[in-house]
Amino acid sequence: MIGIGAVYVFAGLVFAVIALLSAGDSGNPKRWANTAFWGLFALSFLAGDYLGDFGNGLLVLAMVLIAGTVGLGIGKNQTTTVQQRGTSARLYRNKLFIPALTIPVVTLIGSFTFKHIALFNPAQITLVSLSIGVIVALLLARVLLKQPIPAAFQEGRKLLDLLGWASLLPQMLAALGAVFALAGVGQAIGGLAAQAIPGGSRFAAVAAYTIGMAAFTAIMGNAFAAFPVMTAGIGLPLIIAKFGGDAAVMTANGMLSGFCGTLMTPMAANFNIVPAALLGLHDRYAVIKAQLPTAFLLLAANTVLMYALVFR
Amino acid sequence: MSLLPLLGVLVVVLGFAARLNPLLVVMAGAIVSGLASGLDFAGVISAFGKAFNDNRYVSVTWLVLPVIGALERAGLQERARDMIARIRGASVFSILCLYLLMRQSAAAIGLNSLGGQATMVRPLIAPMAEAAGEARLGALPEKLREDIRAQAAAAENVGWFFGEDVFVAIGSILLIKGFLEQNGISVEPLQLAVWSIPTAVLAFVIHATRLYVFDRRLVRASRTAPEGNRA
Repeated sequence: MIGIGAVYVFAGLVFAVIALLSAGDSGNPKRWANTAFWGLFALSFLAGDYLGDFGNGLLVLAMVLIAGTVGLGIGKNQTTTVQQRGTSARLYRNKLFIPALTIPVVTLIGSFTFKHIALFNPAQITLVSLSIGVIVALLLARVLLKQPIPAAFQEGRKLLDLLGWASLLPQMLAALGAVFALAGVGQAIGGLAAQAIPGGSRFAAVAAYTIGMAAFTAIMGNAFAAFPVMTAGIGLPLIIAKFGGDAAVMTANGMLSGFCGTLMTPMAANFNIVPAALLGLHDRYAVIKAQLPTAFLLLAANTVLMYALVFR
Repeated sequence: MSLLPLLGVLVVVLGFAARLNPLLVVMAGAIVSGLASGLDFAGVISAFGKAFNDNRYVSVTWLVLPVIGALERAGLQERARDMIARIRGASVFSILCLYLLMRQSAAAIGLNSLGGQATMVRPLIAPMAEAAGEARLGALPEKLREDIRAQAAAAENVGWFFGEDVFVAIGSILLIKGFLEQNGISVEPLQLAVWSIPTAVLAFVIHATRLYVFDRRLVRASRTAPEGNRA
């Protein structure tokens, strides 16, 4: 069956090509750091299940030390000039959008239909669909737009070099979340939050829950990690048991209060830090700064909304 | 209950605030938290290695980058710009507000994959917003163009986060339902989705208003920008 294992092999091969291209790039002063970094990324995808927990730990430690101390360079590759891109844009016009929209469309269709096909493992169908979308889009770019496949990998390398350390951060943070959970960080924060609540007022209980959700989400980078802790610590005992609030209103609103926290934090790297790198922004916190006022206003509005609706 | 594992959180917060390399910060935070909870060094490295390996799917999204790169090589960003520059009256506000609306509506009916920072924002939405700004205000200094791109990324996040919970079968709704069931409370996913609508509407109103204010600020800033700074 085609499942996540096949996706990891595909990803591993792509990263291996990126590593080889980096090794051949004499214009990059840190070419060997890049080669080692992308090579280890490839190794993780290809052989992660055989390295053992400690082996994987050493692998990630090596990647962190390479990117964190030596640093990654930005490769030089032959690409098209701005003029050539303008000419090409006028030549292909809206054909350019077809491969671009192929990835989301195939992912979407695949997510709904592939699970009915015995060839595919239904468990990780979205990532399988995404990978197929990538392959179809690459072929379409080759056929419709005459883009050579090797050039696609060179351009992919350019974008990965632009991301640099940010390419590893989302996966690192997911792993950090697991270690935090193992170490009991969630219970410690939940315990602190439960002690900090002023008794008595309904509004104080609601505000402690919404603000607690946002703050804990900002710390963990993930509302899903914050939700059980905050709801068990504040939501269930106070808002529901003591004041008789409505569970559906409280939890729906509480989760969205957590999402306000996601907008505020570098811990949600794939939403907030990676885009800053992808868009070439000089301030790595520029996206967070663009979101902060919305996050605070919406959190305040959400708190009032919950207070108004939860005790009907 | 021990508060010692929180030291790892402190390391991470301080490290991010000091803008140290985030990979070193995260690794240090994990090691401190793990040691504080009683693991030895090898145990922490093993725990982190296992979690890292289990979460490889997070990095699978980079597979889209060769495609996006190839399309950009063929002029995708330029085509997106050309299209917008031809629409009279297009502004940063109208482009980003429309994208916010589309992203949020699509997520609300479960079409989550129709978006993304690498697949939509970088190659299409950010260049369109920049082109709309420059078509109306003339060449803009790099700082303002970066501000526009940051707003494009923000519109993607706000639209997605506050649209998806309106859809009944999304992960967070199922997480809530499962958690409440464990605690002896039964709710229907539809109830949760319905009670997500007020926040979704507020999120759109607040963020669209902010985009409008941002656009006005751009107009003012482009008038006062010294000529020498103009690209």
